Amino acid sequence: MAEPAQTDLKRTPLFALNAELGGKMVPFAGYEMPVQFPAGILKEHLHTRAAAGLFDVSHMGQAWLHLEGKGTHDDIAALLETLTPGDIKALKPGQIRYTLLLNDEGGIRDDFMVSRPLSAEKAGTLFLVVNAATKDADFAHIAAKLKGKAKLERLEDRALIALQGPKAAAVLERIVPGVAAMTFMTIATFTWERAELFVSRSGYTGEDGYEISVPGAIATAFARVLLAQAEVAPIGLGARDSLRLEAGLCLYGHDIDEQTTPVEANLTWAIGKRRKLEKGFPGADKIMDQLFNGAKRVRVGIKPEGRAPAREGAEIVDANGAPAGRITSGGFGPSVNGPIAMGYVRADLANDGTALSLIVRGQKLAARVVPMPFVQKRFHKP
Amino acid sequence: MTTKYTKDHEWVRVEGNVATVGITAYAAEQLGDVVFVELPAIGKAVEKGGDAAVVESVKAASEVYAPISGEVVEVNSALVDEPAKVNAEPTGAGWFMKLKVKSAGELNGLMSEAEYNDYVKGL
Repeated sequence: MAEPAQTDLKRTPLFALNAELGGKMVPFAGYEMPVQFPAGILKEHLHTRAAAGLFDVSHMGQAWLHLEGKGTHDDIAALLETLTPGDIKALKPGQIRYTLLLNDEGGIRDDFMVSRPLSAEKAGTLFLVVNAATKDADFAHIAAKLKGKAKLERLEDRALIALQGPKAAAVLERIVPGVAAMTFMTIATFTWERAELFVSRSGYTGEDGYEISVPGAIATAFARVLLAQAEVAPIGLGARDSLRLEAGLCLYGHDIDEQTTPVEANLTWAIGKRRKLEKGFPGADKIMDQLFNGAKRVRVGIKPEGRAPAREGAEIVDANGAPAGRITSGGFGPSVNGPIAMGYVRADLANDGTALSLIVRGQKLAARVVPMPFVQKRFHKP
Repeated sequence: MTTKYTKDHEWVRVEGNVATVGITAYAAEQLGDVVFVELPAIGKAVEKGGDAAVVESVKAASEVYAPISGEVVEVNSALVDEPAKVNAEPTGAGWFMKLKVKSAGELNGLMSEAEYNDYVKGL
């Protein structure tokens, strides 16, 4: 498949600001996005862990999922549960959950965030945020499967801005009073300059922080106010990737895909307890079999022992040189100050401490299975 | 002493029959922060255009090709612990290796500094 021509690429509402800030633009998921700013990936990464980083993630897909007609949270949750293994019914008002869109074989079509709005007026509605590269397919799939029972309202006129890092709460509280009181994985609506913001305390870096849905028309003005705060620097997709890898978080299309089940992906925590008992999610038979009997391969954290990074696609062999799996994400962790990776290995090799070799440029690189995350998570829990 | 450049953004500086090799400021800028350098073994014979070293940034790995053929007589082992020298001083302390020149004639096909600067402007 040919790469789309430059002119076919879409732009987010923050495109001009990203360019003005010196962002180096690259094609990503059909959008022209900044891979880095003049500070560079290393400094951007470390800045996010030390202070606060601002990320344009407006390419992601935002939508309301509404019941057709009137109904309750349980009604809309029951519908979404036919497509995902998460316990959506158990969401309290204002609570967010990470969940998975599954195919009929239990493979992962996407990973996404689902929120139950805080307001009672929005009962029977859920807020979805899905990956950029998969959003059209996801929304088409959800709309087709729930046709006649629920309808999607895509929020294409909204930008999404992530503010991540230990200073994120203090910074955002100055601009949007009240957000500091929110706890991790909750969502609430705030007003800024008469515009409605959907503020989630969540992120993709392993740090405390927020993801803020803001009307596209005022997104640049809002981002400028955040960037004017001394603690805040703009961060590109390069550092977003190294931050999430250190946090042990999956990148869709790389670490998880349609051929991978939640059990293989070591995401069984995303399958609700009640859901395991009731089943009733796509691929439940296969997934339950893997839960009880184990999967043949599993996603693990991998630490190369030297300084050389092992990249996506690198072959993994066991101590006897037999094929053991493949690296799905790998690179240099700026906060770890060394190479880090994740990948899939044979189930017998998945225990922490297991010695492996990674084939890099024809050479065997010594490595070990390690627990993830590679850095301590610092979320704001109650 | 003359410095020549390749289309793959290596520089080579010849003094007597020894050539010092590194990557250009443009290459270092394009790569971003260098976090790992793999240097060849002393005594290795490298061929013009062949793999000579590896340089990795946070996001990607790139080959460094030999601008000319020769035998590796020295490597800049300081880069192993301080790969950031490649960004800080790409044409100075960030050099990669020294080669014993096999055929001085190979230098003729490389670009002068002025030619390389024009080449980069066109990219």
